[in-house]
Amino acid sequence: MDPARITAALGPLLERELGGAVTLSGVRSMTGGAAREAWALDATVSRAGRADERLALVLLLFRPGGQRAFSAHDELRLLQATSAAGAPVPRPVLAGEVEGRSFYVMERLEGETIGRRLVRDERWTKARAALPAQLARALAAIHRVPVGAGELGFLPRPAPGVPVATSEIDRLEELYRQVTVEPHPAFEIALRWLRAHQPPPGDVTLVHGDFRIGNVMVGEEGLRAVLDWELAHVGDPLEDVGWLCVRSWRFGADHLPLGGIGTREELFRAYAEASGREVDPEVVRFWEVYGNLRWGVFTLLQARAFLDGVVPSVELASIGRRTAETEWELLNLIEGRAF
Amino acid sequence: MQDRPTIDELLEAVRRFLADEVVPATDGRRQFLARVAANALDLVRRELATEAAHAEREWRGLDALLGPEPMPRERAELAAAVRRRNQALCKRIRAGAYDAGSSERAALLAHVRATVHDKLEVTNRAYVDADAKRG
Repeated sequence: MDPARITAALGPLLERELGGAVTLSGVRSMTGGAAREAWALDATVSRAGRADERLALVLLLFRPGGQRAFSAHDELRLLQATSAAGAPVPRPVLAGEVEGRSFYVMERLEGETIGRRLVRDERWTKARAALPAQLARALAAIHRVPVGAGELGFLPRPAPGVPVATSEIDRLEELYRQVTVEPHPAFEIALRWLRAHQPPPGDVTLVHGDFRIGNVMVGEEGLRAVLDWELAHVGDPLEDVGWLCVRSWRFGADHLPLGGIGTREELFRAYAEASGREVDPEVVRFWEVYGNLRWGVFTLLQARAFLDGVVPSVELASIGRRTAETEWELLNLIEGRAF
Repeated sequence: MQDRPTIDELLEAVRRFLADEVVPATDGRRQFLARVAANALDLVRRELATEAAHAEREWRGLDALLGPEPMPRERAELAAAVRRRNQALCKRIRAGAYDAGSSERAALLAHVRATVHDKLEVTNRAYVDADAKRG
């Protein structure tokens, strides 16, 4: 795709959606992912009798045949639903098709997403102080999004009658058995532990699925937006709370379980206050064990792409040697020796 | 016998080239990958220095849990035997042999902790050091 074709294809669609004459400028390529191209663009919307509106936008254009969890329309729906529930997300604009490829457009936000910088740099000191409560409020909002019959029906969810925890352990164990090349005694221990420590059935809500430092955009004042919705599903809200505490996203600040910026107690208190939901630390511990195992299985999955020759990159090769970190943390959590 | 430099010295030379010359001369994705590559060579050097001792310890630990077996001396044979024994161990874990209340659970956890610790000595020493400092 090139800027001229994007301008030609997108202009009329935006005019219809935004109800005015749209001038597009500054169309430029951004770093995209394996599954889609990303383009930055600026829109000026002129409506009769009103001052021009300027919009900073990003176009996400799906690559043909690329791996993806949701369609462009579904991702847009997810942003609309979470935005309506009061979660800070980029404002969704529209989804469609151009030259046979699906895309969606959302607001372009500025800020920092690199975890290492957010956890360490002095520049983000104020943001770090504000983030625990802001993250808790954002999670509480996400967990209020309606996911009843017919709502966000494209999301993966437990089969009727299967408890959420059982369903998640089953899915993860299946993936583990599919991708592992070597036997992993620590993962087998964790799977046994998870089966034996399943929390009693509780609330079933929208779960972001990858809510952590690194997947949120942060400004000087703190949280600006929650990004990366590809792993969203229906499940236990405390799964997100446990995932946020997984050691792999503390970026060296291991003594601060909340993503290297705060304590578990701070997070639990703020989340309970924002959600009105009681936080049982043992249930969060279950989901933190689950989260470490899940990330461990994801490292196996990424290493598999290298081992199978699909992506011959030194980065994926090295990720294969990070599995041991999750094994170590699983043992710490199971034996009550974690931070 | 090959001439000097040794394997370790050659790896260090390549690592230094990547870290001191390629990393400063590149940016973005390529710089990131050069750093990852330099780290990978460091990891290989640590593994070469420790693999014999680590394999010995893992084997003895498996002996204690599964019953003693002679340890193969040839490298590929040893790797295959360790994998086979770990598969047997995993099967026992899945069958519940080490569940809470089992008299063997503490021995299993100590063995798995020791082998994972050895892996981290090679792949990310800072990880176990952070825990050691905390006591």
